[in-house]
Amino acid sequence: MDFNLVIAGEAGQGLNTLNFVLSKILFKSGFHVYSTKDYESRVRGGHNFMKIRFGDTKITAPKDEQDILLALNKAAVEIHQDFVKEDGIMIYNGESYEGELREENQDKEIFSLEAALIADDIGNGRVANTVFVGVLLKLLGLDLKVAEEVLGEYFRRAEDIKGMNIDALRKGYEKAEVAKRRFEMPEVTPRDNQILINGNQAIGMGAAVAGVQFYSAYPMTPATGVMNYLAKRQNDLGIVVEQAEDEIAAIMMALGGSYSGIRSMTGSSGGGFSLMVEALGFAGIAEIPLTIVNVQRPGPATGLPTRTEQADLLFAINASQGDFPLMVIGVKDAEDAFYQTYRAVNLAEKYQMPVIILSDQFLADTEINLEAFELDTLQRYNGFISDEQAEGISDYKRYEFTEDGISPLAYPGQMTESVVLIDSDEHDEHGHIIEDAETRVAMVDKRHDKIEKLILEDLEEPEYIGPEETDYLLIGWGSTYGPLQEARELLEEDGYNVGLLTFSDVWPLPIEELEDRIDNTVSIMVENNATAQFSRLISSETGIMVNHEIVKYDGRPYTAEEIYDAIKEEVID
Amino acid sequence: MVNPEIYEANRETAWCPGCGDIPLRQCLAEALAEMDLKPSQVTMFTGIGQAAKMPHYIKVNGFNGLHGRALPPAIGMRIANPEMKVIVESGEGDTYGEGGNHILHNIRRNPDIAHFVHDNQIYGLTKGQASPTTGEEMTTSTQPNGITARPFNPIKFAVAMGATFVARSFVGKKEHLKAMMKAAIKHKGYALIDILQPCVSFNKVNTYQWYMKRVYELGDDYDPTDYDTAIKKADEWGDNIPIGIIYKAEGVPIFRDKHPQIGDRALVKEKKEPTEFQALIDEMK
Repeated sequence: MDFNLVIAGEAGQGLNTLNFVLSKILFKSGFHVYSTKDYESRVRGGHNFMKIRFGDTKITAPKDEQDILLALNKAAVEIHQDFVKEDGIMIYNGESYEGELREENQDKEIFSLEAALIADDIGNGRVANTVFVGVLLKLLGLDLKVAEEVLGEYFRRAEDIKGMNIDALRKGYEKAEVAKRRFEMPEVTPRDNQILINGNQAIGMGAAVAGVQFYSAYPMTPATGVMNYLAKRQNDLGIVVEQAEDEIAAIMMALGGSYSGIRSMTGSSGGGFSLMVEALGFAGIAEIPLTIVNVQRPGPATGLPTRTEQADLLFAINASQGDFPLMVIGVKDAEDAFYQTYRAVNLAEKYQMPVIILSDQFLADTEINLEAFELDTLQRYNGFISDEQAEGISDYKRYEFTEDGISPLAYPGQMTESVVLIDSDEHDEHGHIIEDAETRVAMVDKRHDKIEKLILEDLEEPEYIGPEETDYLLIGWGSTYGPLQEARELLEEDGYNVGLLTFSDVWPLPIEELEDRIDNTVSIMVENNATAQFSRLISSETGIMVNHEIVKYDGRPYTAEEIYDAIKEEVID
Repeated sequence: MVNPEIYEANRETAWCPGCGDIPLRQCLAEALAEMDLKPSQVTMFTGIGQAAKMPHYIKVNGFNGLHGRALPPAIGMRIANPEMKVIVESGEGDTYGEGGNHILHNIRRNPDIAHFVHDNQIYGLTKGQASPTTGEEMTTSTQPNGITARPFNPIKFAVAMGATFVARSFVGKKEHLKAMMKAAIKHKGYALIDILQPCVSFNKVNTYQWYMKRVYELGDDYDPTDYDTAIKKADEWGDNIPIGIIYKAEGVPIFRDKHPQIGDRALVKEKKEPTEFQALIDEMK
């Protein structure tokens, strides 16, 4: 069973806080929670909304159809009324809704409440949104205990504000008595080891747990959340977040940190990542460990700043001039984002090369409940030589030729009798500039050997879900993972044999699982971009042509129904 | 003091005979030796260009990075390691042109970095185009009608921005240059030296003789701690070119002071295991 509510209004109306508090109450009550954000690139006005989907089973995708619309302004009713179910309810922020509901929506209940008046009575206009929390809990048949705890925690720093919010909550609960609609919730009990987290937080947490000590970045939506996560905790963690003057400085600072022996990371969205690409190649030739997160938004150039797309894939793989080793990971959900970021930081140090994490706005802003991450399953890979080894070195070669292409890694000052020289020019084993053909070829080969080793030791095949024999095989990468899972289930309920293959590691491209599963089925690529970039990557790397491509590039994430409908229409029927 | 020969990289340089980079390199080796620093205690960050090849010709830790981008990686090192002596070195095109945004913002940060700019008023490695400091009257292969922008005044820029150590020197005055380098390395905060040096291959105007005739050393009566005096002095150019510490401010907080959470810890010595971060998980429950 799942249940959907949407909170809609304009920027500046406190939607974020309302969404956070509601999600937390539902989460703490024991529900599975999945909340997404749809917002405009502005500080005030416009139209923003947040959807909270919750229930007693795991949820992996957003849904369009809503049980409850909480409309903080008139525009919210106008825009969202069609998506409210016949037996749903619209809660309107005002004395009464003065607009006309469209004909097909006439029978839907609309419950109006002038929360501002109630808030003023309590003594603080800003508690108006909390009145609606009370209303919702009444309609859902939930008691106020958990809500009072959550509000108490949220406003713990100001006793009077906390009290007024709890008053507002109770008032809303009472006022909703007169609304006709009531919803029956399944029995759930709070679970101990669960966390509520979004994609950006998961990446920030993965970085911190991986021992990242320095994060340098320039703010850019929708990647800023990673920076905010780490900056907020930098004092507790004893690490540094520095706001760079531009993205070129951001990546170069991180490379300087990494060269100096600390785990360093940078992040941006496509525009900022574009500025970083020369330095990306530098990390490649100079063999400096570096983790970069690109939280994608629709491009090119400024594109749609607050929306989602998966269209930086081929660019990320091909960014920067020249041939050099690079790894690209498309993270699938908040859980994957945490573990993959952890892994990326460690692989960057193991292979002394750049690793790019591709996320997107959809994943960045989607908050979900998860089983708490298990830290004792994680192993730190230490790529640097030990201090004891360092003491014995008198002629350190940063780029020493070795069997697997990986040279012993030391940082400046680690060896008292030797220095560390790195270079963006082609260089010899010591890091000195060279011009000769022989050394050039040997160094290109050395760097390439690292990728061969990575493919053998660390590349992860895509995850497969479904029966062994399939009629249809869905293929995706990155954040479409959740919607694809639900779409697969919907198709299965219709009686089809459907498999789902989703990639996190996209470069180098793992091909074994794909080659094993692609024959004797109808393959369908589903991507959140206009030109099916992953499909093109697969065909250029393997010669495999998928049978159907389903794409979406309106800046919005997929719902499961959209994928299901597209497959029914374009493939099955 | 240590023997300056410990800095010998024993490599043939790519510099032209008579290049200003050659005496500059010698001054730097001597300055480091006189300060009793071992090669492993010094790291040099450079960009790209003839000047930026310095880490290949002097044995210290070296980061020969990207054109215009010598300063930002030095910030990364400042976070990692408070002990290391950090020198940034590059040409004036790299520093004031391609890297203009970085010098602007690093003056604001005031990191503990000595920044030596080889200023020969021309692009050497790309064979003679105008640099940000080229005189307006000069014509070049790419500016046949003369330079289309007024020359950049690095001294005035840095003083006006409140850089905490701003100096000019000249490779023809070796003892002076060495003294400036040592003062800059000792300075707690960001120290800029604009170092005049001839390009014997492509700058036929600003030659050794041209500089020799014009430069003069600031005397003891000059007060570099006075901002108004310094900003006036910064405008002096042409027949008389002052060399020495033009402006100096002591006691200004440095970049690391603005990150109290790391204090004087050497982050590079700290390696944490994943299980030490359980609190991050618990706060999300």
